[in-house]
Amino acid sequence: MATYSEKVIDHYSNPRNVGSFAKDEPNVGTGIVGAPECGDVMKLQLKIRDDGVVEDARFKTFGCGSAIASSSYVTELVKGKTVDEVEKIQNSLIVQELSLPPVKIHCSVLAEDAIKAAVKDWKERHRKDDERAA
Amino acid sequence: MAQPRVYMDNHATTPMDPRVLEAMLPHFTQAFGNAASRNHSFGWEAEKAVDDARETVADLIGGKAKEIIWLSGATESDNLAIKGVVEFYRDRGNHVITTTTEHKAVLDTCKALERKKLARVTYLPVDQYGRVSAEQVREAIADDTVLISIMLANNEIGTIQPIAEIGKVAKEKNVFFHCDATQGFAKLPIDVSELGVDLLSASGHKIYGPKGVGILWVRSKGPRVRLTAQMDGGGHERGMRSGTLNVPGIVGMAKAVEIAKVEMPAEAARTQGMRDRLHRLITDELDEVYLNGHPTERLPANLNLSFAYIEGESMLMGLNGSAHADLPAVAVSSGSACTSATLEPSYVLKALGIGDELAHTSIRFGLGRFNTNDEVDYVAERVIAEVKRLRDLSPLYEMAKEGIDLKTYFAGAQH
Repeated sequence: MATYSEKVIDHYSNPRNVGSFAKDEPNVGTGIVGAPECGDVMKLQLKIRDDGVVEDARFKTFGCGSAIASSSYVTELVKGKTVDEVEKIQNSLIVQELSLPPVKIHCSVLAEDAIKAAVKDWKERHRKDDERAA
Repeated sequence: MAQPRVYMDNHATTPMDPRVLEAMLPHFTQAFGNAASRNHSFGWEAEKAVDDARETVADLIGGKAKEIIWLSGATESDNLAIKGVVEFYRDRGNHVITTTTEHKAVLDTCKALERKKLARVTYLPVDQYGRVSAEQVREAIADDTVLISIMLANNEIGTIQPIAEIGKVAKEKNVFFHCDATQGFAKLPIDVSELGVDLLSASGHKIYGPKGVGILWVRSKGPRVRLTAQMDGGGHERGMRSGTLNVPGIVGMAKAVEIAKVEMPAEAARTQGMRDRLHRLITDELDEVYLNGHPTERLPANLNLSFAYIEGESMLMGLNGSAHADLPAVAVSSGSACTSATLEPSYVLKALGIGDELAHTSIRFGLGRFNTNDEVDYVAERVIAEVKRLRDLSPLYEMAKEGIDLKTYFAGAQH
C-alpha cells in the first residue's frame, strides 16, 4: 500500500468542512461525482453569493484517504474565490499540494470534477431563479 | 522501543512460535550439514533431522514420510503439483478443473499453462458463500481431464470447500486431485485418505513456523502420482525437487506441526471464540455490516466483513498507524495482501456475486495463536470508532439514510 504524505494524513485525520448544506437552498450548488462500484464518490457543495464569490463549502467523500484529503483540501481552496476562478482549478494543483503518488491521481481528477459539477448545478439553479424573477 | 501494535493478519503470515525458533537454532551453526552429504556425520545428522521432520509432517495428515517433498513454500508447491502433473500425464489429456476463488499461486499457474497451450482449464464458479459442489466438479470432468485443483480453505473469506465429497468424485472418475491446504493445514484436522486427495500443498509460515519452507505431499500408492520436476539439479527429493534442503526451515516446520498436533483443538476453539467475540462486538454497535464467506463452514480464526458505505483502504489507513499515530496500530487487511496494491476490489469477493460497491468495503481479520481477548476488545473499539467517523464522512451513508436507492441513483455513473 502507498505511504501517505503528511498533508494527506492531516486532511484524512482532521477533514475540513465536512457536512451538508440543504440542497434546495438557492445559492448552493451540489456536485456528486464518482460511483460506489469504483470505490470513490465525492459530494461537494458550494455556497455562492450573488456576486459570484464562493463563501462556504462542504464535502462528504466515500473513498480512500487520498480521495478524502483531495476533497477536504478543495473545500479550503475554493473559499473566497469567484466562480470563474474556481472553474479553472485543475487537478494538478491538488496533486502538487497533497504530493499524491501516480496511483492516486484519479482522486484529484474526481475532486476537479466535483468542483465543476457543483458550479454547473449552481448555474442551472441560478438561471432558473433569474428566469422566474424575470 | 517499538510502538505497541496489534497483529490480526494471521492469514498473510504468522509470527514464529518461540519453541520453533529454539528447535531450529542448532541447525544454523552446529548441526549445519548438508542433508545430501553421505560421507560424514554432519550430513548424517542433517539427513536424520530431515527424515524425522518428514515423519512428523506426514503423520499430521495421515500420509507416509516418503510422500513428502520439501520445497520453498505453498506457491512452489502449487506450481509443482499442477505443472508437474499436467506435464507428466500429457498423453492422458490436458484438461484441468479449478475454481475462480483459488489463490493466485493456483490461478496464475493455470493461466501460464493455458498461455503455453499446455492445458485447457475450467474455472468453476462458486456460490454466494464461496463454495463449489462435488456435483459441479462431476459435471465438469471430461475424457481428457487429468487434474482437479481445489483449495481446502480460502485465504480471504475462510470458506471451507467440501473436499471429501469432491475427492470421491475424483476417485470415481480416476482424475488426480490436488488440494492447496495452505490456510487449513495444522488448523483443521486433515486426513488425506478421508479427503481422497492425491496431492496436498502446505506452507511453514502460516502455522507459526518459518518462511521459505513448505511441502507437497504426493500419494505413492492407490494411485501412485508421478510428476515432472520443475527444478532440475542434484536429484534431491526423489528427483522431484532438486536443491539443497533447507534443514533449519524443515526442522522448524516440523516443530510447528508437532505443536499444532497437540494444541490444534484447543487453539481452534480459542481463536473461534475470539473471532466470534470480535464479530459480535462490531455488529452490536454498527448497522449494515455484512459477513463475507460461509457462516459456519469457515476457518475458525477468519472474519471477513464488509462495512457498507466506507471504503476499505480508508479504513486501513485509520487502523494501521498511517493516521492516529498516537494509538497502537492494528494490522488487518483489505482484500488480500497480495492484491491490495492494485486498488481493484478483491476477485474472491467478486466471485461470490458481491457487488463491487460492497467488495470495496471489506476488511479481513485473521485471528491467531498469540492474540488475546484484550486485543480483540481494542480492535473492536478502534473499528467501531473508525467506521462511525468514516460514515459521518460518507455521502453514501447519508443518501442511504435519506432513503435514496444508491443502485438507481448511480446507474450509468462514470467510473
